[in-house]
Amino acid sequence: MTGYLIRRFLWMIPVLFTVALVTFLLMHNAPGGPWDRDPSARQVDPNTQRVLNEYYGLNKPLWQQFTAYVFGDIKNGKFVCGAICGNLGPSYRMRGMTIQGYLFDPPEGKPFWYSRFGYSLRLAVIAMLLAVGIGIPIGIISALKQNTMIDYLSLFIATVGISVPNFVIAIFLIIIFASMLHWVSIVPRSWDQIDVWILPAVVLGFGTLARTTRYTRASMLEVIRQDYVRTARAKGLREQLVIFRHMIKNAMIPVVTLLFPAFAGLITGSFIIETMLGFPGMGRAYVTAISQRDYSMIMGTTLIYGVLIVIANLSVDIVYVFLDPRIRLTD
Amino acid sequence: MAATTDLSKSTPPGKAVTLEVTSPKRDLMADAFYRLMRNKAAVAGMVVIFVFLMVGLFANFIVPHNPLKINAGKGFLPPVWVEKTTSNKRPDPNFLLGTDTLGRDVLSRTIYGARVSMLVGFLPTAIILVVGTVIGLVSGYVGGRLDNLLMRFTDVVFAFPDLLFFIIVMISLRDTFIGTLLNGLFLLFVALAIVNWVGVARIVRGQVLSLKEKEFVEAARCIGARDSRIMFRHILPNSLGPIIITAAVTIPNMIIVEAILGYLGLGLRPPTDPNAFFITSWGALMLEGQTAINAQPWLLLSPAICVALVVLAFTFLGDGLRDAFDPRMKGTS
Repeated sequence: MTGYLIRRFLWMIPVLFTVALVTFLLMHNAPGGPWDRDPSARQVDPNTQRVLNEYYGLNKPLWQQFTAYVFGDIKNGKFVCGAICGNLGPSYRMRGMTIQGYLFDPPEGKPFWYSRFGYSLRLAVIAMLLAVGIGIPIGIISALKQNTMIDYLSLFIATVGISVPNFVIAIFLIIIFASMLHWVSIVPRSWDQIDVWILPAVVLGFGTLARTTRYTRASMLEVIRQDYVRTARAKGLREQLVIFRHMIKNAMIPVVTLLFPAFAGLITGSFIIETMLGFPGMGRAYVTAISQRDYSMIMGTTLIYGVLIVIANLSVDIVYVFLDPRIRLTD
Repeated sequence: MAATTDLSKSTPPGKAVTLEVTSPKRDLMADAFYRLMRNKAAVAGMVVIFVFLMVGLFANFIVPHNPLKINAGKGFLPPVWVEKTTSNKRPDPNFLLGTDTLGRDVLSRTIYGARVSMLVGFLPTAIILVVGTVIGLVSGYVGGRLDNLLMRFTDVVFAFPDLLFFIIVMISLRDTFIGTLLNGLFLLFVALAIVNWVGVARIVRGQVLSLKEKEFVEAARCIGARDSRIMFRHILPNSLGPIIITAAVTIPNMIIVEAILGYLGLGLRPPTDPNAFFITSWGALMLEGQTAINAQPWLLLSPAICVALVVLAFTFLGDGLRDAFDPRMKGTS
């Protein structure tokens, strides 16, 4: 099993390398750069161009630009580590800002969770709590009351939540709660109050909630038919104890495995919602970078997202191995 | 077929049996179709999909207005069910869903959006089904090094965050020659196809691996059938079920990706020609709605409802197909 985990872990390297290479080549091919190359626009004078090219390392051959970006480079006799150390380079649009500084540094005098990444992380945590806190109980109840109205209703809502993408659900909720009922404002002035977080968290968490519900229900239905549940009932155990100690405890194993990738999905999957709701997180920074054609920012964020997603994929396998002793991964 | 084998088993040995087909002749496909037709949700899904397909196909005949026509002084009209907007605009019965910032008819634009979205759903899916099936068939049947190569490749593609890939492809190649073909749709098709054929190939390969050990393949080989015949006449028809189910799952995903890219301003390029075939997409409409979210939230409503309807329709159809092709799996998903 250790061998499997190591191999699985090492497999990340070629995958991340491919992600970096494809991103790099495509972004390099993108029109534009630190300045406008449009011939009709005012041109940057050649001397400035040369300095800028040097600053962004664009004067080197392509392969060297790539290795410098990913691994590191020797600048003025000093080794500067690249993307593998978390150094994603300077932004093309925001002067004097590095990508990692823009995404991970909080404003002056604020703790880390006020950074753009911190905002996205906090939103993902709240969405996750909502998904788990509501999804698991609903899943359990609808399994215990299988084929009743409650079951059908929760199954239908779960189906909607799984198939309809979250930004479409966001649109419906915005129109209902902001435009029609005026309960919340679409883009709040400040994100310091907790109540303005409810709408984005619900929207973001809805898909995960639906998936958790479906998964919990299916898992519970499987457990309900197990022999040990019948045994527990036969020996006269109170129904509550049977449900909590025997059913739920065992039914949760597959559900927990779902939660890890779901969490990474919540961090990485929020860029449209963040943009729609004016949320100051990493996702909106990404979308802004796309609309401003800030290529170094797009590339850096893509790499961060790529790493998160690859780690999430890996975590499913690992968590699965640790949580469920019935699964033996053979080499 | 099942009935006849049962019959022969239940007959005492040594007694001659005449096998009679009592029920009408049915095959796997007809059986599945029959079961599918009895699934109300799946049929409703098919109807919705068919309606949207027709709307998209005949968009130019059914639109009440030209979707690019700017009605001066009639911008920001609300849909007919809204009595009055905050800026004191009243709905105009000529524009059922209201007008956008420039005074263009929202209903007509939504109808044209269906054309792009349905095409983005169906065309790349058709391509990846053909490519993925052929590669999966050959790879699973021949095996060996080719198969190994395919599997490693699919591993990388599966691990690659696909939405990010679409985004950077659209950003970087949008202004090249390929990016301008078909108003940018061609590039979108290619990007979608590059990533998604892999899933189909994997599913088909799995089917082939289990089917090629079956007796009917052995029998075909015994009577001297060529490999290509075995692959396409014996194995392929028997793995059609999972392929069709994959299609039903892939199409809505494509439509969602188009909506996301359109929303990011990376989808269809807005045409200048008023008689263009592709005018706008649901994603682009959402982007337009987003810019006026405070004044006119209902601009977002029609593309959102359309995406939700189509995606749900495909979900119900997909679930129905799954139950139809494999009744034993019913209700387990």
